[in-house]
Amino acid sequence: MAGVARAAVRGEASALALGVRALSLDQPDGRRALDAIDIAVRPGERVAIIGPSGAGKTSLLRILAVAQRQSEGELQVLGEDPWALGASGRRALRRRVGLIHQAPPLPPRQRVVTAVLAGRLGAWSLLRSLVSLAYPLDVAGARAALARLDLSDRVFDRCDRLSGGQAQRVGIARVIYQRPEVILADEPVSSLDPALANHAVGVLVSEAIERDITLVASLHAVDLALAHFPRIIGLRDGKVLFDLPTERIEDAMLEALYSQEGFAPTQHGRALELSAQRLRGMAQ
Amino acid sequence: MKTLGIATLLVIAGLVWASAAYLGFHPGEIFDRGSRAGMLVYAAEFFPPDLSAEHLGAIGKGALETLAISAVATLLAALLGMLVALPAAGRFGLAARLGARFVLNALRSIPELVFAALMVIAAGLGPFAGTLALALHTTGVLGRLFADALENTPREPVEALLQAGSPRVAAFFYGTLPTVLPQCVAYSLYRWEINIRMAAVLGFVGAGGLGQMLHVSLSLFHQAQASSVILGMLALVILVDQTSAMLRRALASVQQ
Amino acid sequence: MSAVSLPAARDPAALPRLGLAAIALLLLWPGLRITEFNPAVLFESGNAATMGRFLSQFVPPAVAPDFLLLVGRATLETLAIATLGTALAFVIAFPLSLVTSQSLSLSAIGPSRDAGWRRALRYPFRLLLIVLRAIPELVWALLFVRAVGLGPTAGVLALAITYGGMLGKVYAEIYESGSNRPARALMEGGAGRLQAYLYGLLPAALPELVSYTIYRWECAVRASVIMGFVGAGGLGQQLELSMRMLNGAEACTILITFLLLVLLADGVSALFRRLLA
Repeated sequence: MAGVARAAVRGEASALALGVRALSLDQPDGRRALDAIDIAVRPGERVAIIGPSGAGKTSLLRILAVAQRQSEGELQVLGEDPWALGASGRRALRRRVGLIHQAPPLPPRQRVVTAVLAGRLGAWSLLRSLVSLAYPLDVAGARAALARLDLSDRVFDRCDRLSGGQAQRVGIARVIYQRPEVILADEPVSSLDPALANHAVGVLVSEAIERDITLVASLHAVDLALAHFPRIIGLRDGKVLFDLPTERIEDAMLEALYSQEGFAPTQHGRALELSAQRLRGMAQ
Repeated sequence: MKTLGIATLLVIAGLVWASAAYLGFHPGEIFDRGSRAGMLVYAAEFFPPDLSAEHLGAIGKGALETLAISAVATLLAALLGMLVALPAAGRFGLAARLGARFVLNALRSIPELVFAALMVIAAGLGPFAGTLALALHTTGVLGRLFADALENTPREPVEALLQAGSPRVAAFFYGTLPTVLPQCVAYSLYRWEINIRMAAVLGFVGAGGLGQMLHVSLSLFHQAQASSVILGMLALVILVDQTSAMLRRALASVQQ
Repeated sequence: MSAVSLPAARDPAALPRLGLAAIALLLLWPGLRITEFNPAVLFESGNAATMGRFLSQFVPPAVAPDFLLLVGRATLETLAIATLGTALAFVIAFPLSLVTSQSLSLSAIGPSRDAGWRRALRYPFRLLLIVLRAIPELVWALLFVRAVGLGPTAGVLALAITYGGMLGKVYAEIYESGSNRPARALMEGGAGRLQAYLYGLLPAALPELVSYTIYRWECAVRASVIMGFVGAGGLGQQLELSMRMLNGAEACTILITFLLLVLLADGVSALFRRLLA
């Protein structure tokens, strides 16, 4: 019975962009970071993950990005089990998934243009990579990606001359330049002011819509999540509390999610009432 | 503790005296009238140095050869050193790290002169032997320095690139090298200053350059020519010291 | 949020980088030619065969008792050369450092009649120190081998001279890095310069002086072996003989002994520095 069920799952899973089943992750200190998570994301979907700090959002995204291995459970990325592949197969798979880090790992002395172009290293030959290191070969492409985040004037600056928010935007530009089939964003706008953050999330969403690719973003600001994404997953203490279309989100759910924190965080950082309706209307 | 200090000093003094005795070192004997006169005559023959145009031309060529030996050897050692530094920094696992570190230590410990004698066997007399010898020893030195620098470099940029599907080599060049390059270049330039001195003397065993000229002059008892070769060495050392310092200053302000 | 598209700007670093690359290539080519860089030479039959034979003899290393005795005596000789050489270097460096250091300058206290020529006198000694240091010790070794013959004496003298220069410079720097106020106070009170040194400068500087000197001894052990290679006695001279005879087994034993000796010197140096700290 279990075998048939698993086969059926696999049958429908091959149509998924991302899928996890009974996924768990144990930390080295024994804590369970993720507990029996079930999530299915179809190609082209746009999903936001919200939840209090320590809920496991980053861990989940890293597992989906094949950056970390789960302790238990099944994982499917673009129709494959990444850990059943060989190393080069995994590399090819990672090439098709773009992970935006919360703290962009940019080498300080590197220039923005090189940092952005590094997004396509998986597709370039070694010779091209080496030449581009000294003489960037696709300045126009890098500039186009940066322009969407209003950073095209910083294309030749050093990364350590950027502010935190600018560095974060360069990290986003790099993944846009990579043109993956799945974008996973881990708190991509945490260092941006409200207007810029709204704009940046909008850029990610329109990129996903234009290219018909999958977008999964974890956001600390609930108002941004509710405003830009048609599907919200609430994560708390490693468990999925709810997984619903946005219009079905209710105040009580948000309260249950953030009950310890007492308020739903927004980009403004001020405590706000947990009114889903109000929050939906706020970021318009 | 003071008595321990004094006792140690006495031990040291005793060892010095024992050394002199073991070697049969009699300052009186060395500097007695006869040999003192001999040495003074020998020393006097060095002045004035031979500054004829022909000899200066030969010194110029020898200096160029020595300069080339030191530069090519340092460059080769930097490349090889970086290659070995990667496993030595643990990028390929513990076994590789131990092996690479052992190789680097071995290369570092064997003096350049010994390598030069070995390379003369392997490659014949001439500057190529000197270049290889210097390169081998310097690979050990630079490789160790590079490995330590690599271990102190944050891994996040590389991991993010691997995350995006980059091949490992490209990830190294884009993620690690930008951070570690200035330091490695500075080490290499500093090592060049040391290598120019070594390149000058490697010629003693037949490895080309000014050293070989010096050996020949001294063997033929042409003291005047030997002394101008020594002056040439001095000039070369000063030149390389200044150039290296200038390059290091310039590099401190270059962006990537 | 401007929507103006910028004109296609060139990479500002492209031209300088191309220039640097061109210069590097322009320098590299003659460099490779002058050094007769040709890896193929290594595989030429004659060279490769000789080298192969030599290296294959490395294992097993020579362990015949009389050879080991010879190596043991040569090791002691090397240690003796290093120790005596460093001691003599100290004897040279000590007065030179006093003369060249500014910390004991009487003219710093107040104007004196001969301040001018005393200051001028410092420079020749400084120059002497620089010359002693700049000529590689191997050159000195070669010269002394010619002057006093093969053997340890040449090594001792070469070490004494070069390390004398090195120690002299570092000693002077140590004096100048510390505070010279105790010394000056003593001199103002009428003490002679030597007394001011012994009571005012030396106590504070001593640990550093000793530490550096012992470190130099450790370097001297290595240098003695290298100098021995050109005939200045000890382990180095034995190594040169074995290699000239293309006796790989003996060379291997001597090399291993050398590596152990260096480790030993490192340990002894650390020990003495701790004892004297």
